[in-house]
Amino acid sequence: MSTYHPEGLKTAPDPGEQPPSSTPAGPRLGLRGWLRWMWRQLTSMRVALMLLLLLAAVALPGAFFPQRPVDPNGVIQYYRDHPETAEVLDSLHLFDVYSSPWFSAVYLLLFASLIGCIVPRTIAHARNLRAEPTRVPRRFSRFDVRSELRTGLSPAETERTLMAALGRRYVRRTGVEDRTTASGSQVQVRTISAERGRGRETGNVLFHLALVGLLVVTAWGQLVHYRGQIVVVEGRTFVNAPLDYDSFDTGAWFAGESVEPFRLRLDAFSSVFTDDAQPRDFTASVTLLTPDGAEREQDIRLNHPLETDSTRVYLSGNGYAPKVTITDAEGEVAFADSTMFLPSGDLFYTSNGVIMAPDANGGELQYGFSGVLLPTVLESPEGDPVGSVYPEALDPVMVLNLYTGDLGLDDGLPQNLYTLDTTNMEPVAETGPDGSQTPVQLVLRPGETVELPDGLGTITFDGLPRFAALDVRYDPSIPWMGVFAGMAFVSLMASLFLPRRRVWARIAPGPGGTTVVTAAALARGDDPGLRRELDRVLSPLGQMTKENS
Amino acid sequence: MNTDLGTVSTLLVYGAMACYMIAMIAFAIDVSALGTGAAKDRRRRAAGIGMSLTWLAVVVLAAGTLLRGLAAGRVPWANMYEFTLMFTFFLTAIFLGIQRRRDIRYIGVGVTLLSLLALGLATAVLYVDADGVQPALDSYWLVIHVSVATFATGLFGVSALLSVLQLIKGRGRDGGSGASAGGVAATTGTQRGSDRPDAFTERPGAVSVSAAAAPSAVVDSAPAGAAPAGSRTGVLSRIVDALPAAADLERIAYRLNAVGFVAWTFTLVAGAIWAEHAWGRPWGWDPKETWTFVIWVIYAAYLHARVTTGWAANKFAYFALVGFMALLANFYIVNIFFNGRHSYSGL
Repeated sequence: MSTYHPEGLKTAPDPGEQPPSSTPAGPRLGLRGWLRWMWRQLTSMRVALMLLLLLAAVALPGAFFPQRPVDPNGVIQYYRDHPETAEVLDSLHLFDVYSSPWFSAVYLLLFASLIGCIVPRTIAHARNLRAEPTRVPRRFSRFDVRSELRTGLSPAETERTLMAALGRRYVRRTGVEDRTTASGSQVQVRTISAERGRGRETGNVLFHLALVGLLVVTAWGQLVHYRGQIVVVEGRTFVNAPLDYDSFDTGAWFAGESVEPFRLRLDAFSSVFTDDAQPRDFTASVTLLTPDGAEREQDIRLNHPLETDSTRVYLSGNGYAPKVTITDAEGEVAFADSTMFLPSGDLFYTSNGVIMAPDANGGELQYGFSGVLLPTVLESPEGDPVGSVYPEALDPVMVLNLYTGDLGLDDGLPQNLYTLDTTNMEPVAETGPDGSQTPVQLVLRPGETVELPDGLGTITFDGLPRFAALDVRYDPSIPWMGVFAGMAFVSLMASLFLPRRRVWARIAPGPGGTTVVTAAALARGDDPGLRRELDRVLSPLGQMTKENS
Repeated sequence: MNTDLGTVSTLLVYGAMACYMIAMIAFAIDVSALGTGAAKDRRRRAAGIGMSLTWLAVVVLAAGTLLRGLAAGRVPWANMYEFTLMFTFFLTAIFLGIQRRRDIRYIGVGVTLLSLLALGLATAVLYVDADGVQPALDSYWLVIHVSVATFATGLFGVSALLSVLQLIKGRGRDGGSGASAGGVAATTGTQRGSDRPDAFTERPGAVSVSAAAAPSAVVDSAPAGAAPAGSRTGVLSRIVDALPAAADLERIAYRLNAVGFVAWTFTLVAGAIWAEHAWGRPWGWDPKETWTFVIWVIYAAYLHARVTTGWAANKFAYFALVGFMALLANFYIVNIFFNGRHSYSGL
């Protein structure tokens, strides 16, 4: 390097400016020099500040566009609404902001900068912690906070008193200076140099290290975690095994051993709503069954997950799963089970669902029912169901349309469980009094059996159990995140609020057997309590005779 | 739920708004008196009336908030309306608390105006009847996470008002040089990387320059004399001249921001813990989480800028203002217009 420009100073070259090596007269930097220069720039405060602001800027788009990991349906909806721009946004990773290369680049650079800054600082601070306080300055006159007083105590007593007054927060050193007085005689002047608040820098260093720790454990958690999502109907049991889940995500380092062997049975699900349909409580009563045969009953509620040794089970949703029995034209039972209906998102749990009977008529003529469940039905004056008015199943009604044909389940393509693929199916219609054809509408209440038209069989609404959607999550990094977050918080307070102060005193023998004490105090940064602190230290010696501030 | 208590609570909030209104007028009269050339050490009767009414407002508002909690049978900070009551309370209480030690009555107009606007918006738009909470909010973390968030909002609010005042005061005098009267430039020390961590320089760090400009550390009796009178004339400049020195304003603003930053960090961490309990992940880049993080980063940048060499006080005041604007956006815009898991506005 030809010239040394301390980073962060106004006179330092702008990173955007012509690099010094491109001027013909300057010596060439070479690769090492360039790397050095780049590292110095990266670890400078100015670049760190720029990266911080950049981080704020690049984090924001994620709040404006739907994010795939959080809201995949939102992304699909965006594609539908804005087909022409969605492609462009996607290619810019605006639907995956927080795993995009540019977001990663910013925070990785920021952390590189942070580490590059904090490691040398940590080393320097560690060395500094062992060091003694600095020498007493030659003159006190240049300090704003200083005092001078006279006391009847002897110099030795004065020193002891001051040392005691400083208290245990100060590290201190004492010394002796020889001074020639105006009259030419030699006197011994005792000095005290004390310092407190090294915890401020300790806090600063620890705070930044804690942030690095937080990033590291988060990344580790992302690598080893798994998360399973499953929908369970009352009375059913599921196994904590990847295959049993409706969806199962894992990190790259996921190991099968981390899946705890347990089964979970949903015994009951209950909810509480206010009169105006505001939810007040959801409770999933479950039994945890472990391989050793132990059973544990517990309620899972929002904010109260079930905790096993290493896994947590959260309640993430609920709804109704009507239980029906379908018989086909031959009178055989073609289907008898509960089917989950998806709440449409209104307050009253109007739910949509599809009941499929692929075994009907030996599979030759399959049945598909598509319809809506109204937990508490509102009927028109003519007695037709028009909607739901309350989320609890006070007067549930199921309204179904019937399709016959091929459900298309055998061609192996994944299907949405809540919509019917009617490509190869015919709606079953009935002929009205005026000869018009209208799709048949089956209205069922629990316990009721309805004949299907054209002698196709019957459908019985057996009951209305509820289902709970559960999230099972394993992330061993969570406690560590707590540790680092707590450490960051405590050390942040230390770095902002611990006062950093130095107090110096000179104790010289004065005329008439008195002792003259001069003292000064200096704080780092703005410290309105500094004057008070010096006064406190000197107060055991009696009244001030002279005070500069 | 007790609707009578809820009604009384709403009436008390209206009462507090009336107090704020009159206090604001009184503070405005006090400031405008400076414009007509009133002596700086005059008896400020209008400001006294403003202070009394602000005290009354904060007491009435506290009573209204308390009754609101009793009416709903829970802590009174579970929706946007109640959040507004809380942060307005903190905003005013913090102003009054500082005022007990230093004369900052000049921001009385701002505090009362901000409170009035916030409460007006709350009662007109955000109001919902006092009621229980949905299960997702039914957690002791509601008590911890949201109350600290309201406190931090109050701190940042007072600080932002001080920053505005500081910018007005320092305007035209800064001239890019931090060492001039208004500027609080960091001239030495605390440069990253090559810096000694123990840079206990003789003129320690960021703020020491102000000592030259404003010999008195106490803002009382407005050390306007310390500020160069300048050549400005007219009403506005007379008012500006009477304000405390920019360096003093900056120092108070910084201390509030530092406490606010700690409170905001706590909000962030407590929110992450709550999210872990409620949603099974500590962090999920929900819009509200993202904005909270961005605000945190902006204030972190403010704190770093303050110890970076070559930054004039005016510049980091802008950081703090941007941070506060993001805070307001996080509350008013994100809650209502962004779809996320924090959509509890009850609107």
